[in-house]
Amino acid sequence: MKETPLSNCERRFLLRAIEEKKRLDGRQTYDYRNIKISFGTDYGCCIVELGKTRVLGQVSCELVSPKLSRATEGILFFNLELSQMAAPAFEPGRQSDLLVKLNRLLERCLRNSKCIDTESLCVVAGEKVWQIRVDLHLLNHDGNIIDAASIAAIVALCHFRRPDVSVQGDEVTLYTLEERDPVPLSIHHMPICVSFAFFQQGTYLLVDPNEREERVMDGLLVIAMNKHREICTIQSSGGIMLLKDQVLRCSKIAGVKVAEITELIQKALANDQKVRKEGGKFGFAESIANQRITAFRMEKAPIDTSDVEEKAEEIISEAEPPSEVVSKPVLWTPGTAQIGEGIENSWGDLEDSEKEAEDEGGSDEAIILDSIKMDTGKVSNIGSQDAPIVLSDSEEEEMIILEPDKNPKKIRTQTVSATQVKAPSKKPVKKRKKKRAAN
Amino acid sequence: MERVMQTETKIRAESGIESGPRGPGCSLRNFACEQNLLSRPDGSASFLQGDTSVLAGVYGPAEVKVSKEIFNKATLEVTLRPKIGLPGVAEKSRERLIRNTCEAVVLGALHPRTSITVVLQVVSDAGSLLACCLNAACMALVDAGVPMRALFCGVTCALDSDGTLLLDPTAKQEKEARAVLTFALDSVERKLLMSTTKGLYSDAELQQCLAAAQAASQHVFRFYRESLQRRYSKS
Repeated sequence: MKETPLSNCERRFLLRAIEEKKRLDGRQTYDYRNIKISFGTDYGCCIVELGKTRVLGQVSCELVSPKLSRATEGILFFNLELSQMAAPAFEPGRQSDLLVKLNRLLERCLRNSKCIDTESLCVVAGEKVWQIRVDLHLLNHDGNIIDAASIAAIVALCHFRRPDVSVQGDEVTLYTLEERDPVPLSIHHMPICVSFAFFQQGTYLLVDPNEREERVMDGLLVIAMNKHREICTIQSSGGIMLLKDQVLRCSKIAGVKVAEITELIQKALANDQKVRKEGGKFGFAESIANQRITAFRMEKAPIDTSDVEEKAEEIISEAEPPSEVVSKPVLWTPGTAQIGEGIENSWGDLEDSEKEAEDEGGSDEAIILDSIKMDTGKVSNIGSQDAPIVLSDSEEEEMIILEPDKNPKKIRTQTVSATQVKAPSKKPVKKRKKKRAAN
Repeated sequence: MERVMQTETKIRAESGIESGPRGPGCSLRNFACEQNLLSRPDGSASFLQGDTSVLAGVYGPAEVKVSKEIFNKATLEVTLRPKIGLPGVAEKSRERLIRNTCEAVVLGALHPRTSITVVLQVVSDAGSLLACCLNAACMALVDAGVPMRALFCGVTCALDSDGTLLLDPTAKQEKEARAVLTFALDSVERKLLMSTTKGLYSDAELQQCLAAAQAASQHVFRFYRESLQRRYSKS
């Protein structure tokens, strides 16, 4: 679906409001929207909501052979997908530009910053390492995808537990989840992206732009930082020219925001860990707010299946056996039998029409004249196919089964005429067959 | 009452990943549904069956590409995305099953030359995934206001090696079962809209599973009705 274009008056309204330091949702210039983090039942699964922007993150792991250039390091793989439900414009083939940009930014933020210790993912040097795969799905696009995605990625990585492995000499033992508790990944620091949107050639700046603000912005500056105030990635896009002190100011703001967000993440992770340890309920079912009228729950419902067997027996006994689908075969001669009606063998028709044009052509013509429905195109087709057309009623007599021990030419005629002999008993069927043969 | 409910569900959670012993009869797991949770799609619903959770978003009736348009009815498209990895053949086949079910109930003739897109995202898979997808799709279509001639629901049955029937199986039960059957039933007369099965079973067992699914669908439809009543109630 095409993106609904932004009207000029809406654009003007947004820009004027920004000039007056007002935002549509009432936020201040440096305010973030509400961040909500919820975890699923499996480890490594989380949903992050940044205002209305929603991202689902899942981490999974697999034992693979390492890359030849890095034999002692594990492999990290990031994939952000813009689901079709996130925005009507996100069609499978259509979002490549934005997708590449976001994926690349995410990779730089998480992989190049070395936030995950890849050396610890090595099991047997040069042979087996862990491949950690982070899949992010954007579920709803209300602006600032990159921030939400980076939060989801780091939260999922922190939440994830991989199976325990022990190496004794040459033997590698992979313990299942039941045998030994899974171990968390070793994460050095948590880089989080903070986006700044610029308007009017860098005059005005907004933190965490929503979808409407993103549409009217001139350029975007993304700073990925961790709580130790180390910048992991900086990206400026949109061709805006920023002054040095603007960039410094943004990095200071980013430092403050990242500290707040990191605290929120730690709290959420600690909360989830506590609930799991205490044996309480966890998972997405618990994060559905019960007070909303759009949410509803039903407890486990027992189903009475005691009468199922009687019902089934009733149905089977009442059911009629299927009608004869396949009719009995009709034996024309030894070696030639017919089951069902079937379409006429048009190979035989073509060959015969070339060699025994009188037989075929004549009968064709006779039937064409009979049938009213045939259009002129088909008639001319048949006309061109069979050079000599003999109109004679005596063709009917010739279409009689010949003896099987005659020469092959006759037998071929015979197989074709066998169906033709059958056909006269059902005249309309024969006409249709002839039409098909002509086609 | 709340405390009683809490203790009941606590016992359930303590027994581990499985949703607990089902007892002699079959039972459906805890259901939960939230509608209208996404702001961009026309309709959205999140459906949870125990630990299996599917999020559905519906766009429509909307513009359709000329190559895909049908002159007298709406073009229904279904997309199912797994949580990990790229979508494969299993997703394609499930998409087709869901699409056929939706096409049977959606009144496409009221919106010719438009497209109705249903996008499903697997949020967590703990058994009965196809049934959960069908339920989520139905609730999302209702939320979007797409005209339908009936509601539909999905129910999964599993037959284990000694012929015991299990409704709404967990992932572990599905793996150990001899046959897994999923049915889509309509709400008007509990007729069968779609069935897909995997494994070995006799025709008597098929009819038994179908009868059990019909009994289970009554509960699912009651759940739909109650959740919609709650949403549109004035109190």
